[in-house]
Amino acid sequence: MSPTASQRPGSPEPASPATAPGGATIDRRSFLRHSAWAGAAVAVVVSGGVVTTKLVSSSHTAPATQDFAFVQISDSHIGFTGPANANVTSTFSEAIDQVNALPDRPDFVIHTGDLTHFSSVAQFDQVKQMLGSLKTGQVLTVPGEHDSTDDTGQKYRQVFGAGSQGDGWYSFDHKGVHFVSLVNTINLQSLGHLGGDQLSFLKADVAKLSDSTPIVVFSHIPLFAMYEPWGWGTDDAVQALSMLRRFGSVTCLNGHVHQVMSKTEGNVTFHTAAPTAYPLPRPGVGPAPKPVVLPAGRLHSALGVRDVHYLRRSRGLAVTDEVLA
Amino acid sequence: MSRSLYPLWSRRVAVVAVAAAGLTAVALAGCGSTKTPSAAAASSPAAGTPATTMAPMPGMDTPATTAPAGPAVATTKVDINNFAFSPAVITVKAGTTVTWTNTDEEPHTVVSASASMRSATLAGTSNTYSHAFMTPGTYAYNCSIHPFMHGTVVVTA
Repeated sequence: MSPTASQRPGSPEPASPATAPGGATIDRRSFLRHSAWAGAAVAVVVSGGVVTTKLVSSSHTAPATQDFAFVQISDSHIGFTGPANANVTSTFSEAIDQVNALPDRPDFVIHTGDLTHFSSVAQFDQVKQMLGSLKTGQVLTVPGEHDSTDDTGQKYRQVFGAGSQGDGWYSFDHKGVHFVSLVNTINLQSLGHLGGDQLSFLKADVAKLSDSTPIVVFSHIPLFAMYEPWGWGTDDAVQALSMLRRFGSVTCLNGHVHQVMSKTEGNVTFHTAAPTAYPLPRPGVGPAPKPVVLPAGRLHSALGVRDVHYLRRSRGLAVTDEVLA
Repeated sequence: MSRSLYPLWSRRVAVVAVAAAGLTAVALAGCGSTKTPSAAAASSPAAGTPATTMAPMPGMDTPATTAPAGPAVATTKVDINNFAFSPAVITVKAGTTVTWTNTDEEPHTVVSASASMRSATLAGTSNTYSHAFMTPGTYAYNCSIHPFMHGTVVVTA
């Protein structure tokens, strides 16, 4: 693994054209096949016993991707009490059980923020413990604004910030797909905000990638203008998305709005995720984004988990939102 | 690869191509089925028929309303209710302490860089915050959890 700061220690394995499906190290024949993709120069790097190849002149070549699955869960709000959900711990636990029952074990699970409702140390510890029961290779998180209610994310990062930079952002490669986790929940004026440091990180982070590398961006608040009067957008997202314009496939997965919605703008597809805690109103419905109290027995149909499959053949993500059983 | 890694995939997932610039919304709450696919083949967003495309919702993409509404009210008490500071604009004399009280069920905060304010999370029984304004000026603040909630304190000499 390259020792760059952008690689989160302990994150899923680095992008590795040298790693064959099933995890076997590349042999000479497949190396030649890889290097023959487009006549690109291939540098072989051995780091820590792991062989990786890097396409040196790779702007027109495809990275070797593999099919894999990961899961997104979001907005668990541990600590919330109210009629919208009398037991957020229970529904979070059910969501975890549902992930563990998936037929395809996810390579990793990403929680896209609002782990807690009040950012207390006890709530972070409880979430960490519960996430530990996920049957997956790795658990990743990004913070929500509820994870920094009375600080600027220090308590969150103490528990979940290992290997991240700045307010908690990081990136990693997995089976040919590049993942970036952004933090847009600190120092907010009206909308989500990334800030200059993070934009610089993103620019440098993607500079080395070929245009054909599939990109997945995680954030808590949407990176598209979903409903700005309620803060459902990010004021400097346009600058981030402009850095991703050259890539063939960009998928942005977020939480925050407690409902499933998808939107495509050019090369970028946005998917907002269901919560595990409680629903919020549709954009602009009612005076404020207050927790919605559903009739008895209806709550589970408003909560869910997201199963994402990367499909090499289509070079795209298949996103399946499952409501809580 | 000679075999499918995901033999269940084809029947578990309905791939729905999302039309470019289109908007797909899936209301989970109103859905009777247990699974709600909203899949998109990112490589070919324009391909296929947008099976679940809905008309854009009223109010989508409207600009944020950041300017506090209403005239300045001479008071030292601000209520936080229904995701709003009320009154949104107040005026006090220098040396006055202003107190905010959150009566919403949801937690809120009072945060201002210009006034160096950062309340604790206001909720439940710990729902008030006070700050003394010593220097004349206009101080904008908001809620860090719901940053679209804005208020202003005008401090006069």
